[in-house]
Amino acid sequence: MDLSQHLVAFQVIVPLLSAPLALLLRPRGLAWAATTAAAALSFAISLAILQQVLSGQEIYYEMGSWAAPYGIALAVDAFSGLMTIIVSGAALAALLVARQSVDKQIEAERQPLFYSAWLLVMAGLLGIVVSADAFNIFVFMEISSLASYILIAGGPDRWALPAVFKYLIMGTIGATFYLIGVGLIYMMTGTLNLADMADRVSQVTELKPILVAAGFITVGMALKAAVFPLHVWLPNAYTYAPHAVTVFLAACGTKVALYVLLRFDFVVFQPNLAGHEIQFGYFLMPLALLAILIASGVAVFENNLKRLLAYSSVAQIGYILLGASFVNMAGMSAGIMHFFNHALAKGTLFIAVAALAMRMPGLNLSELAGAGRRMPVTMGVFVVGALSLIGVPGTAGFTSKWLLISASLAQGTVGVALVVAILVSSLLAVIYIWRVIEAAYFSGPADSEQAVQEAPLQILIVAVTAAAANIYFGLNASLPLTLAEQSASALLVTAP
Amino acid sequence: MNPADSIAAALAIPLAGAVAIALLGRVNANLREAATLITAVALAWVVWGLGPLLLAGGRPEFALTQVMPGLDIAFRVEPLGMLFAALASSLWIINSVYSIGYMRGNNEKHQTRFYVCFAIALAAVMGIAFAANLFTLFLFYEILTLSTYPLVSHKGDAATVRSARVYIGILLFTSIGLLLPAIIWTYAIAGSGDFVLGGILEGKISGMEVGLLLALFVFGIGKAAVMPVHRWLPAAMVAPTPVSALLHAVAVVKAGVFTVTKVIVYIFGVDFLFSEPSSGWLLYLAAFTIIAASVVAMRQQNLKRLLAYSTIAQLSYVVMAAAILKPLAEIGAAVHMVAHAFGKITLFFAAGAIYTASKKTELHQLKGIGRQMPWTMAAFTIGALSMIGVPPTGGFVSKWYILAGAFQADNLVAVATIIASTVLNAAYFLPIIFMVWFSKQEQEDSPQHGEAPLLVVVALTATAALTIGFFLFNGTVLELESQVVRGMQ
Repeated sequence: MDLSQHLVAFQVIVPLLSAPLALLLRPRGLAWAATTAAAALSFAISLAILQQVLSGQEIYYEMGSWAAPYGIALAVDAFSGLMTIIVSGAALAALLVARQSVDKQIEAERQPLFYSAWLLVMAGLLGIVVSADAFNIFVFMEISSLASYILIAGGPDRWALPAVFKYLIMGTIGATFYLIGVGLIYMMTGTLNLADMADRVSQVTELKPILVAAGFITVGMALKAAVFPLHVWLPNAYTYAPHAVTVFLAACGTKVALYVLLRFDFVVFQPNLAGHEIQFGYFLMPLALLAILIASGVAVFENNLKRLLAYSSVAQIGYILLGASFVNMAGMSAGIMHFFNHALAKGTLFIAVAALAMRMPGLNLSELAGAGRRMPVTMGVFVVGALSLIGVPGTAGFTSKWLLISASLAQGTVGVALVVAILVSSLLAVIYIWRVIEAAYFSGPADSEQAVQEAPLQILIVAVTAAAANIYFGLNASLPLTLAEQSASALLVTAP
Repeated sequence: MNPADSIAAALAIPLAGAVAIALLGRVNANLREAATLITAVALAWVVWGLGPLLLAGGRPEFALTQVMPGLDIAFRVEPLGMLFAALASSLWIINSVYSIGYMRGNNEKHQTRFYVCFAIALAAVMGIAFAANLFTLFLFYEILTLSTYPLVSHKGDAATVRSARVYIGILLFTSIGLLLPAIIWTYAIAGSGDFVLGGILEGKISGMEVGLLLALFVFGIGKAAVMPVHRWLPAAMVAPTPVSALLHAVAVVKAGVFTVTKVIVYIFGVDFLFSEPSSGWLLYLAAFTIIAASVVAMRQQNLKRLLAYSTIAQLSYVVMAAAILKPLAEIGAAVHMVAHAFGKITLFFAAGAIYTASKKTELHQLKGIGRQMPWTMAAFTIGALSMIGVPPTGGFVSKWYILAGAFQADNLVAVATIIASTVLNAAYFLPIIFMVWFSKQEQEDSPQHGEAPLLVVVALTATAALTIGFFLFNGTVLELESQVVRGMQ
């Protein structure tokens, strides 16, 4: 039997079936090992899939060989390939950090449950990005959401409970909206397969329900993706989640929802609704702009490091949406490029945060005093990640910002205003990052020669690798660029 | 060595040096200092090795990597960059000698970090000097900003951190907020950001947009310290004096005016800019900066701050010379980068020597200090004379060329500015010279401190000698730079 053709299925099955396994592994450390092994395997699978996708081939897989309208179909193109890399890579990196970090935050007897939920989140997120079917996307979305509530609430901080409750309510509204939208389309077309849907919607004469569906799906996914002003659940969820979970979710959680938003819109709605690209652009561009400016501004005044970075994420989601709202090649590839680069930068930053949390008394800026002397490697990694977030040349973040500004300039007069907004937000990023740097390097007991007390070696290795990746992709962006351009052209092929 | 390897080596040597310094810093301070000196000498040797090829008209190239299509990290050595690289790498040797004397003489902390950051900063300077396109230049420009921040904030106390915040704040805000959009705009309309003699923008942009783009560049290049983006430079004076001397009198600020000149010559093109009236404001702004900074300098009581404002004025000489847009003035701009470097590094060395020997920083404390520190103050005098532009110092040569260029363009504003500024320079430097040599010390019983450490004195004597030497031996520099303006109107 040739396994390679079933890789797509394994992408989801490996974490899904490992989840109950992890639950059974009571002895200390075993659950973590099994989860990490599953994530590593999953990452390897996504690399193999990427190999196929990069050669220009799109993968279409039918579960159990049941044909599409009845069976479950999976489809992977460049965009989903990119997403599987981001999700499985983020999960793996976060798990490598998690061993010591989770040991510190979660009692041993609850760890198997925790890791089992982790695998379910992974399975759900990966399932979403490989599904070719609107309803399966919903199912996987629910799996990942429910499990992620467990992860976020799993930490020792009781503030996580109200945070996760808010997330649960918002997340459920989002998922319900999505389901209502899918239901409406199903009512009009009788199919759930995305490609099928696109075909049949073109034959529908009464477009009002479709239009309503587009609204529901867009808003629902915007809620899940924390698009401003629907972001209110995100800062506290990120802040009070266990640190390793924040690494995982911050790198890929909201991006998967954005993926669904873009995929649905460009496959089903763009080709069939006249003038939809204008609705899409005019709806999302102002929101993106507000996110970019306001969330960055709020981050400047935050005192908790994790919440500060969470608000920065809201702003970065704005960058992605801004690119997408141009509905052209340049903007879309800039936005999709930022999927990758922001995952890299924010993942690196939160890995550094997890390392800081191992040794520092707390994560308020005032509690980080002296971190620069005490944890030089960790803070070095943080600085690299921060430079990438700001978009300093030589780091990954610069490349997508360059593309985004170039794409904005091509928009004419409006573009100049957009460029100004992007730059203002970058400068705000300089400020909020600088507050962290000054707290870590220049405050606290100045000249008392504090002993170096670094995070455990395993975390440091992951952190340094992540920082190195930020620089590598800043100097050679061909891989993410190729993927982003392929994804963008695949999405835009249907756009008018 | 083949030229491409030389370029790679010029970038790699300081970085390798930084690693060596970091490692040896844990072992032994003498070995660490040896590493700094060896790195500096090796770098200068490699850079000078490119000189003959450049003089013969060669333009060696080296492509490092392609980040994205159209966005390359590539290097190409041309006369302006060659001059800048040779200047910075040579003075780094002298400055390292001086640093060792200064840092030890003052028992500074974190010396390893200091030397490591210094080496990284020099690598960034090489990258700026040799950059073949705007993107590469911008990359190293930002590395230079970031790597000098730990040097400026070296002392680490609250006041220093506040000043360092001004430093990094202004430099990052201008570069991200103004220079980056200018660069992206250039790439968008010209399709590339390559430095090409004669410029790449002619025919792609016209009217007011030229003036706007030029403004984005000039104010975005905060390191050139054209008013009103000059405030970082006095703020940077909280750094240890070797930093002020090499970085904030030579490497960083020259990176600024070098970039401005390079943008004018290789991106806009001198002739194109001359034909666009909307670019005329630059000359007036530079002239204003020269006069205003000189006036402010007159009111300073702190010696290093005075020198900082003098630097701001002198930098705008280069900008103004470039903005005259005539061949002789462009040569004057390049020559002034060198002449001012020699003079100003000498002045800062002297200021640091005074501080090391006596902890004095204010002007009124300096009465009669010349009798205690004759070598230092003699060098100071030479440096000050060069700032005024008195022969036989290097400052005279560049002023001569800038004036000649101004006459060539019939630009009376530039002529008047140079004359007025010379008067102002004389008005604040001559009283100091008089005071240090001829005034009596206020308290006769104040302690005798004598000269600064030997290494410090050796270094400042060397740069003072260079200041005079450049008056006599500047043929090669002129020959090299005249290659840039050949064929210009």
